[in-house]
Amino acid sequence: MPTFNLKINKKTHTVEADADTPLLWVLRDHINLVGTKFGCGIGQCGACTVHIDGSATRSCLLQVSQIEGAAITTIEGLSEDGSHPVQQAWKEIDVPQCGYCQSGQIMTASAFLNENSNPTNDDIRNAMNGNICRCASYNSIEEAVKVASEKLS
Amino acid sequence: MKDTFSRRSFLKTSALASGGMLIGFNLFNACKSDVEMPVDLSTLNYKDFNAYIKISPEGKVTIYSVNPEIGQGVKTSMPMIIAEELDVAWDDVYVVQAPLDTENYSGQMAGGSQSIRRSWQPLRETGATAKQMLINAAAAQWGVDANTCSAKKGVISNANGDTLGYGDVVEAAAVLDVPEEVTLKDPKDFTIIGQGKANVDMNKIITGKPLFGLDYKEEGMVYAAVLRPPAFGQVLESYDASKAKEIPGVIDVITIGDKARTLLSEGKPNWSVKLSTTDKVVVIGKTTWDVIKGKKEITATWKTDSDLESTEDHDEKLLDLLHGKKFRTRRKDGNVKKAFANADKVLERVYESTFLPHNTMEPMNFFANVTPEKVHLVGPTQTPEAAEGAVAAMLGRSVDDIHVDLTRMGGGFGRRLYNDYVLEAVEISDAIKKPVKMVSTREDDMTTGVYRPASKYKISASIKDGKLTGYHLKEACVNSNMYGLIPNFFPAGALDNYQVDSARLNSNISVGAWRAPYTNFLATAEQSFFDELAEELGVDRVKLHMDLLDNAKNNSEPNIDYSPERLQGVLKMVVEKSNWGKTEEGVYQGLSVYYCHNTHVAEVADVIMENDLPVVKKVTCAIDCGIVVNPLGAMNQAKGGVLDGIGHAMYSDFGFKDGVPLANNFNGYQLIRMTQTPKVDVYFVESNIAPTGLGEPTLPPVGAAVANAIYKATGKRLTKFPYTKYINVEEKIIG
Repeated sequence: MPTFNLKINKKTHTVEADADTPLLWVLRDHINLVGTKFGCGIGQCGACTVHIDGSATRSCLLQVSQIEGAAITTIEGLSEDGSHPVQQAWKEIDVPQCGYCQSGQIMTASAFLNENSNPTNDDIRNAMNGNICRCASYNSIEEAVKVASEKLS
Repeated sequence: MKDTFSRRSFLKTSALASGGMLIGFNLFNACKSDVEMPVDLSTLNYKDFNAYIKISPEGKVTIYSVNPEIGQGVKTSMPMIIAEELDVAWDDVYVVQAPLDTENYSGQMAGGSQSIRRSWQPLRETGATAKQMLINAAAAQWGVDANTCSAKKGVISNANGDTLGYGDVVEAAAVLDVPEEVTLKDPKDFTIIGQGKANVDMNKIITGKPLFGLDYKEEGMVYAAVLRPPAFGQVLESYDASKAKEIPGVIDVITIGDKARTLLSEGKPNWSVKLSTTDKVVVIGKTTWDVIKGKKEITATWKTDSDLESTEDHDEKLLDLLHGKKFRTRRKDGNVKKAFANADKVLERVYESTFLPHNTMEPMNFFANVTPEKVHLVGPTQTPEAAEGAVAAMLGRSVDDIHVDLTRMGGGFGRRLYNDYVLEAVEISDAIKKPVKMVSTREDDMTTGVYRPASKYKISASIKDGKLTGYHLKEACVNSNMYGLIPNFFPAGALDNYQVDSARLNSNISVGAWRAPYTNFLATAEQSFFDELAEELGVDRVKLHMDLLDNAKNNSEPNIDYSPERLQGVLKMVVEKSNWGKTEEGVYQGLSVYYCHNTHVAEVADVIMENDLPVVKKVTCAIDCGIVVNPLGAMNQAKGGVLDGIGHAMYSDFGFKDGVPLANNFNGYQLIRMTQTPKVDVYFVESNIAPTGLGEPTLPPVGAAVANAIYKATGKRLTKFPYTKYINVEEKIIG
């Protein structure tokens, strides 16, 4: 089985996996980073969102063989201790209900705010549209992204 | 207020070997009189008591939270109630979902929005009893009368100005007799209840720590994916696994089914859901990806053993039932037949809904390790006790051998009331003699689900001299019908002539509870009908409702399961808060008022037209759920319920063709997304009445609020879910 060297959360991990294994399952099953969630497996729900070189990317569609050399950031690496402004905003607004989709929501929001730190409400709504929350905590997510943008700017 | 419940029947205390006091209690039933309290935290036994509180010598309080957390927030709100009566600072309270390996639950489940309602009183009494014991211990130490002492935020004081912390007297308190009488706080003195407290798992959620069933791992664990028939009505005939076995990470391919079949043939488990009795092909592998891939490589032949049903068949048969005579009468007041015969006019409408999958974000999964010594189960279930019983019955073992550890759940919505996936995991582990995690994909969940049944309602009203004289509701539903008290909901008790009938269509498609069972569509039917009825009668929509509720109030024997006063209360509140009838031009409002799951709710949807399409911009929601324990959690539940209700009313469509579900993932099935969500404004009626749940009640009314608003905006009455399929914009433009 081939081996791959992955740069995840600023550390290098060597994993042995089939070349077609999605990054999602490499993270969850091989490296024990289970904060990245499985929701649909076809890039529709956003639960598996990570940053690849800073861009929000669906890890369920990305094969491990495609990402050697890229800087991968997962929810566990977004901050050392949950202190990232987006994480803090999530806490402030008490966003999570079941909580399952929220790491994906946070990863989408943090990548988005990196590119647009002064978004309008419509910008926020469009940016977050790819992430499903089955508990429908959408009002709170919207508010938390706004709060995070104020913290960042 | 003095409360003279016999606490000895449900609460016991012990002094912990490690120091501190342990209180064991039962939420929903009395303890057995002969049970022994543990004196060591490692031997906590959840068979005799289903909850514990530990008070440490440092005065810190640990609450072992018991009810399954599915996102409805009980893991936060239930400890708040204990902390309130115990009178400790919330910062000194720790909440633990009982320790691994030792837990066995008794009477625990999440469903029907009942957790808070049923546990309110016992939780308060437990907190108050513990506080009284600490005060008694302090009073004894001071040599004063306990009645002259009081406690606040973990500190006891007496009339002389002396103070002692809870930790100082906890060991003495632990050996005192449990007092027979305690004082509960006056709700106006609450300092924790009614204050917003953030989700207790917040830090773990936002930093991605292992928390959910799918995150659980054990040394030596393998993964399993289950191949089930593609169509309802099919069973496994044969399969070829040779290609799957070529995948390096695939360990084995087996079949399961015998054990579940035997269990089902014995009439167990006694679940309302109809489970498949087919053999299933299971791929065992080293990682999740190995088994997902392996499953795709299985070539299976399926044989049809019963009807392959399609949505058109269901629609036709349900309508036949609705217009036929094969009904079971659920409630009959007066004489509807006579009222209709004497009517000047009869208004009759049919409302239709589809099947719906639950689509919890975390797909079904469970860990099982069946060994000769014990059966260890870990994962997400709303009914751990039922799981334990079914697994014991399936394996022919004692329930004492079965240990269920609960994880946080990535949503429930009713799906995890049914433990079919737990039984699969157990049957697999039993066959391969290894610890195993059974993992479903989204496709598995959506196509082999336990669906919200498709249902249709026909509602008829008789009108005589401009007045409503009779109301007749008929239900036709797949494999099930509205339960228990629903026929006693509004407008029962408000009309002399009132009848509810139901009919059932048998099907081989498995159905079950889905967030707010039956009412999730019944409310839409009823409240859409009342909107049309008000128009037909030429009376104001709000006045019609208020008058009918007055009738119920004046009825000496209404036999109803709602409070007319509280429904009027939320109606008045939503009228005021939504600016009902006074909105700016271009904003169209729809109203809906509903009671279910012991909670009263009224909602107004504001719709505008954008590019000739109706768009819901805002929903105003007024709720009477008694005392609001945790406003933050309550607000989240209420808003989520409204948006979930809009999503499933507007967008989500699910049907079958020849037994095969027409959608299998989020590319073919729509869940509401952020750009489709309105702002939801929630208001709670101030109340001192014991709290009722919020996991479900805000969902049912919203479908009608939206339909009624869309009617005002477009002139079109929507009677079928999902609305977006039936909004014919051209008709409006031409009309």
